[in-house]
Amino acid sequence: MMLRLLFAAVLACAMPLAGAQDSSSRNLAATCAICHGTGGQAATKDLATLAGMPRDHLASQLRDFRDGKRPATVMHQIAKGYTDAQIEQLAAWFAALKR
Amino acid sequence: MNAFKRRAFLKFSASAAALSAGGCASTLRSRGRVVVLGGGFGGATAAKYLRLWDPSIEVVLVEREPEFVSCPISNLVLAGFTGMQDISRGYGALRRYGVQVVQDEALAVDAAKRTVRLARGGEISYDRLVLSPGVDFIFSELQGYEGAMQAGRVLHAWKAGGQTVALRRSLEQMPDGGVVAISIPLAPFRCPPGPYERASVIAAYFKQAKPRAKVLVLDANPDLVSKASLFKTAWKDLYAGIIEYRPNSRAIGVDGATRTVKLELDDVKADVLNVLPPQRAGDIAVKAGLLTSNNRWCDVDWRTMESKAVKGIHVLGDATLSAPAMPKSASMANNHAKIAAAAIVDLLNGREPTPFKILNTCYSFVSRDEAIRVSSVHEWEPGQGTLIAVKGSGGVSAARSAAEGTYAWNWAKTIWADALS
Repeated sequence: MMLRLLFAAVLACAMPLAGAQDSSSRNLAATCAICHGTGGQAATKDLATLAGMPRDHLASQLRDFRDGKRPATVMHQIAKGYTDAQIEQLAAWFAALKR
Repeated sequence: MNAFKRRAFLKFSASAAALSAGGCASTLRSRGRVVVLGGGFGGATAAKYLRLWDPSIEVVLVEREPEFVSCPISNLVLAGFTGMQDISRGYGALRRYGVQVVQDEALAVDAAKRTVRLARGGEISYDRLVLSPGVDFIFSELQGYEGAMQAGRVLHAWKAGGQTVALRRSLEQMPDGGVVAISIPLAPFRCPPGPYERASVIAAYFKQAKPRAKVLVLDANPDLVSKASLFKTAWKDLYAGIIEYRPNSRAIGVDGATRTVKLELDDVKADVLNVLPPQRAGDIAVKAGLLTSNNRWCDVDWRTMESKAVKGIHVLGDATLSAPAMPKSASMANNHAKIAAAAIVDLLNGREPTPFKILNTCYSFVSRDEAIRVSSVHEWEPGQGTLIAVKGSGGVSAARSAAEGTYAWNWAKTIWADALS
């Protein structure tokens, strides 16, 4: 319980600070949480934790989904909705979050 | 919690709060109070993200139920594939984010005075109001429905809770060889693929437990309104002779005594009646004067979710007049909440809100383990002044699969946590 409280307090601190600098990346990334969890922290073992994922790796995975180079159940259809610039924004945002 | 632990807990809570305030807020002064009405996928998510994104905002979440019960996955309860406890979550964790959770019911909104009147808690004032009231039913369009429902002869089970449990019990008690009629209103309604998922998983239960029982789908629409081809394939492959689908069959009334659904042209008798009434934005949206479209839905500015009828009130979820190709889904309500949270943080900090890009993903089970899915990405289009589906993105599952079934459960657990944990 205490750890979770501490986590919540830290999270409540970290996100708005980062958000004040770059709310457009924060907003773009927030939609991913329905499957990848709040702040990119996966809530189940079957989904990738995006927080702390190396920037280049995440960007290349998203491009591969989008371009049909990596097979997927859903990400190929979702990634097609994002531009190169938005993919870079998402990758940079998640890479900067603590895993 | 014993007395000592409770003291220790309170002390720690206080220090956590101090850490939060000292660590990140530039000022201790509250930037304003946001009242959120409704603790479903939209409201609970909005309350949490408002606090995550600006802890100087005071957030009060008003919800009349003691716990959250998820509509998504509730069809599996009807089939006996999961239990009510698996789709229920408490509101307690939201307090860790500093959300004040109040179990009460909003009776009225005074938009000029910026106050909400609560059934038990008196009046509460707000700087911004978030309404996430879900749907309520237009019973008047179905003659005899309310009386039959009160007598326990017809159920909608279109809000997860007591009616979900009651419909499960009716299906268990129904004899083998019996018929359950599922009646679907004209679109739009909450969860477009939901009725067809329901027919599928009830058929899966019958196939195993009552092999002579039937599911009769009476659809007011000319065809299935979501994932039509995937559902039809599943029904042909798995439930031939169990599911019968009748399009263009709009219900106009119910006779509880004879368990009859009255259609425009004929009457249909069944052993269990599951009739989904036509829907509109929840009652409090009506009372607040937010209905703009067909006297049913609330039109909003999709950059902020602010009502086009009443300033200072943001409307989320199924109650909204949907943007083009946008379903009334939990994923959309979750994303509406984030649009509203970001916009409210900006507005209370004197900044201009920026348009959002959001995505939808909806899973439907077609058997105990296999699911199908639809996804879409939506972005602000200034010329049209609304969110539109991004060309070339989105789509449905290639085929039903157990992998999609696994992801469906993962999606559910994650979106519950994103709202409530």
